[in-house]
Amino acid sequence: MSAQVLTYLFVGLSFALYIGIAIWSRSSSTREFYVAGGHVHPLANGAATAADWMSAASYLSMAGIIAFEGADGARYLMGWTGGYVLLALLLAPYLRKFNKFTVPDFVGDRYYSQTARLVAVVCVIFISFTYVAGQMRGVGVVFSRFLEVDINTGVVIGMAIVFFYAVLGGMKGITYTQVAQYCVLIFAYLVPAIFISLTLTNNPLPMLGLGSTLASEPVYLLDKLDGLTQELGMTAFTAGNKSTIDMFFITAALMAGTAGLPHVIVRFFTVPRVRDARISAGYALVLIALLYTTAPAVAAFARINIINAMDGLQYADAPEWFSKWENSGLIAWVDKNQDGEIQYRGGAAVEKSPVYDIGRGASGERLLTNQWTSSDNELYIDRDIIVLAHPEISQLPNWVVALVAAGGLAAALSTAAGLLLVISTAIAHDLLKKTFRPAITERQELRYARLAAAVAIAIAGLFGIYPPGFVAEVVAFAFGLAAASFFPVILLGIFSTRMNKEAAISGMLTGLIFTFSYIVYFKFVSPESNNAVHWWFGISPEGIGSLGMILNFIVALVVMRLTPPPPQEVQDLVQHIRVPQARHVS
Amino acid sequence: MVHKSSDKNSDKDFVKQPESNNNGYWRANIRLMLSLLLIWFLVSFGCGILWVDALNQYAFFGFKLGFWFSQQGSIFVFVALIFFYAWRMNRLDKMYGVDEQE
Repeated sequence: MSAQVLTYLFVGLSFALYIGIAIWSRSSSTREFYVAGGHVHPLANGAATAADWMSAASYLSMAGIIAFEGADGARYLMGWTGGYVLLALLLAPYLRKFNKFTVPDFVGDRYYSQTARLVAVVCVIFISFTYVAGQMRGVGVVFSRFLEVDINTGVVIGMAIVFFYAVLGGMKGITYTQVAQYCVLIFAYLVPAIFISLTLTNNPLPMLGLGSTLASEPVYLLDKLDGLTQELGMTAFTAGNKSTIDMFFITAALMAGTAGLPHVIVRFFTVPRVRDARISAGYALVLIALLYTTAPAVAAFARINIINAMDGLQYADAPEWFSKWENSGLIAWVDKNQDGEIQYRGGAAVEKSPVYDIGRGASGERLLTNQWTSSDNELYIDRDIIVLAHPEISQLPNWVVALVAAGGLAAALSTAAGLLLVISTAIAHDLLKKTFRPAITERQELRYARLAAAVAIAIAGLFGIYPPGFVAEVVAFAFGLAAASFFPVILLGIFSTRMNKEAAISGMLTGLIFTFSYIVYFKFVSPESNNAVHWWFGISPEGIGSLGMILNFIVALVVMRLTPPPPQEVQDLVQHIRVPQARHVS
Repeated sequence: MVHKSSDKNSDKDFVKQPESNNNGYWRANIRLMLSLLLIWFLVSFGCGILWVDALNQYAFFGFKLGFWFSQQGSIFVFVALIFFYAWRMNRLDKMYGVDEQE
């Protein structure tokens, strides 16, 4: 069977599975809709958290980024896993004991303030929409490349599926669908990695294959890759380009941001007990680590395979996948020295990302209107295609290629559903029930929650169809803002009984405004000065959330000492969430 | 006059018994948490970022050591830290009688 027929088959089967689960686990109360009734098994919650967390960015983009950046890619590997240690040790058990539905719930109750609750709601909605736009786009890309349907049709199909199980099932439907999606995505990620690891290194475990010798010669894979990259005038794979301070701050922002992301935090409200919240974070990280320790191996394998497959190849002999991706506009080749052969070297091939002309060149390649750079490199490869293209580059069987597409959809849809639920909860619960319309009944609240989910899906779909040009730029926002706003406020709310609303609000606003302004300045107002010379202390906009977080802490701790302590019942609440259960004689 | 032994006594004398036990629980929790976070910091920000070049002079199987910490090693340690924490905290819960009963 052709790869396309198989892809239809795998994607169709996986969608049927998700819909089946959604019908089986409909929600009938707000508690089921928001937190799955609070009785999800910790292991199931771990798998759901892993699928919720691993988005199109983890599945499709991360290995590609590491493949081209080498050592610098570590900021994602450590940043997106290290946050779980913070979550497990500092936040999850206490928020579970607090036993409400949302992050604004905690902020509003702990800081006895509707203003604080509203600031939190705005942050939640902003962070989640930013994030979800990227997921819908990922869905569109997978559909257009593998099913060869129009990107917009792909987005609409994706919306319909998410609509079905998120609106019907709420958190309960999403949780069990995410467990299935985790299984699909991890299987789809590991199978090609295992195949390729066996071919390259004879080691069936890709995590270990990365540190093994090559099957073809008695040289370590990474040493070989360092040699190849340097020979071609690229930065050695295991050496980085980023400054130490920037790596430090970006990694810290990603860690604290991970721990502060509302759709991740809310998952820990769904387990029955405090001890389950602790172990559940552990299960989640094991399941995430399975993909995250494989990703650097996939990256290194892909880099070697691309160099071997591409450099010195006659364009006329290029395999089918090459022209397919060229037609999708994600690969480009400019024949600088007119020899009909692809030269793959260090540096960019052309200025900016490729813009295609209508015509074809002497060898049949799509022509570009871009200015050529002075480097000898003739090849442009979009980093996002590495995971999708790698099975084809390595000539794996068609069913593996189809599997990878189904996995990519699972990753994007599971994250999108989790985010949409957070948005709908923020609107129905935090805005309506807790702020503007406290009189509504549970049935009405549930209806509003479903309505809000439906509207949020429609808006997310529009973002996917008409992607704002700045999707990639605003992703830095989501983590930076989560780190600079929520993380300090929740942390101090648990670990300091003295922390009051004045300190929380001023800290949150300081972190937010500072981080927001810094990113907007370098990304939108003055993008030409977005380089290390102009950055404060050499910290890029990607890492500035860490500095915003430090400012938030400083302002909060100072204001706290100058203003009256919180009321006694709030101090009692803090004492209450610190212990799993009131002391008993055993 | 304030000196060490009187401090200890005042703790025992003036704080109500159940609360002082919760304080003991909380202090033990904080101690455990801070030591685990120290390890967390050392493997990721330390070995993976600050000392990565120095560690890269040593080989670890087919890896440079610093590169291994930043791409894989720190993640393995993170997993171990969370499971150790969950295990220790369950014991602390029982020890101080604050564990959840069905």
